[in-house]
Amino acid sequence: MTTPNKALPTLSFILFIALWQGMAVYIHNNTLPSPVTVLQVLWQEIQSGALSHHLGITLLRLIASFSIAMFLGCAVGIVLGQNKKLDAFFDNWLVIFLNIPALVTIILCYVWFGLTESAAILAVVINKLPNVVVMIREGTKALDKDLLEMARCYQFSKKKTFFHVIWPQLHPFVMAATRSGLALIWKIILVVELLGRSDGMGYQIHLFFQLFDVASILAYTIAFIAVIQSIELLILKPLDKKALRWRR
Amino acid sequence: MSDIHIHINNKTYTTADSRRHTAISDFKLTLPENKFVCLVGPSGCGKTTLLNIIANLDTQYQGEICLDISHKKNNIGYIFQNPRLLPWRTVRENIELALDSPQSDIIDSLLKTMQLTDIQHRYPEHLSLGMSRRVSIIRAFAINPGILLMDEPFVSLDAPTARQVRGLLIQLWKQRPHTILFVTHDLREAIALADRLVFLSASPMSVISEIEVTIPRAERNNETAIESFRQHLLVQHPEIKELL
Repeated sequence: MTTPNKALPTLSFILFIALWQGMAVYIHNNTLPSPVTVLQVLWQEIQSGALSHHLGITLLRLIASFSIAMFLGCAVGIVLGQNKKLDAFFDNWLVIFLNIPALVTIILCYVWFGLTESAAILAVVINKLPNVVVMIREGTKALDKDLLEMARCYQFSKKKTFFHVIWPQLHPFVMAATRSGLALIWKIILVVELLGRSDGMGYQIHLFFQLFDVASILAYTIAFIAVIQSIELLILKPLDKKALRWRR
Repeated sequence: MSDIHIHINNKTYTTADSRRHTAISDFKLTLPENKFVCLVGPSGCGKTTLLNIIANLDTQYQGEICLDISHKKNNIGYIFQNPRLLPWRTVRENIELALDSPQSDIIDSLLKTMQLTDIQHRYPEHLSLGMSRRVSIIRAFAINPGILLMDEPFVSLDAPTARQVRGLLIQLWKQRPHTILFVTHDLREAIALADRLVFLSASPMSVISEIEVTIPRAERNNETAIESFRQHLLVQHPEIKELL
């Protein structure tokens, strides 16, 4: 059964490249370069060091804003999930923040705090935070009361209760928030860079847009996708596997 | 450690359709030190509520619980109706977590008595119900409690397994004696285990009668002795019949 499982994705990938190549040959225009051209550009950008510089800066921003948003989001989500009154009080705040368009927060952050690094990070955090809060809040509400009672009865300390009773139950919610968060932040961070930074992927893509350099845009996109996939495969999947080994 | 006095004047809770329901009223019970006491009563009469009050999980009641075991930190062991093990921790970790400092020799000997040494590093979801129940019994014994609360811990086990676990329970209890309050609605099980039976009325719950079990411990495996004691009991105390 393993052969078709592996063969099908490979086949579909080859078909995708073939279609791209076919279209490029048919159109024969700079607006759609062939896969080979894109790979060449990618190789040049890697060798010149430009790609790693801009990709690195974007990754740093991603890590910073993602960590802040996850940490704050988990803390606030757990508090709201445990306290009904606070939850009722802040619920409409969450709804407002969930519904502010990303572009609006980005522009407002730049207007209020200047075109600075911290304003850029803040804009991403504000966009991501409400999502994390809502997910973790739902997870906290769904905590198993029986196990919490057991922990109380056996006089678990607060720390013990958190790490051994609460956190393992929140884990699936945290992983869901991580995945959706990475996807969201990737997209927002480019806009943030495009609007108010002079380096990073977003800035580069803006530059290529002005030059109508589609090959470079596609080359950067490929590098981008490769990085996300490796985060998924090298960090998130093993984390999942380790945390869920107790399941049947 | 001395006798435990329980006196609950009133325990009322509000049901989902906002009616008030009196679960326990004017309930008085004394548990003698290191005795095995069985509470027998119809299902839904408030036995679990009583255990939760004693375990301090439920504080919304009027009355007084005199547990003179405050000098010990871990003073209450509670074996719930469901094992309530942490599924993401191994059997051994589940037991260790209940203790402040891991005392591996005690855990080892408890695991050996309950015949669980081989599966101590498995996760609870990979165990049968009977095994999980035994783990939860070990967890309660490991903390060396002043009082052990057991809430129908053998329900939904098949008869041979229940008999086996019951035997292991008594064996453990003889090694490390302490006061046990055991809830059941199975009179035979109660007679097989207890020093004293306490019969409870339907809700609002109160004590109907207290009866000492006179069968010597050595003969508790004898089905006929238990059956004749049960018949005798039902004849002498006709009021019990309605409860069962």
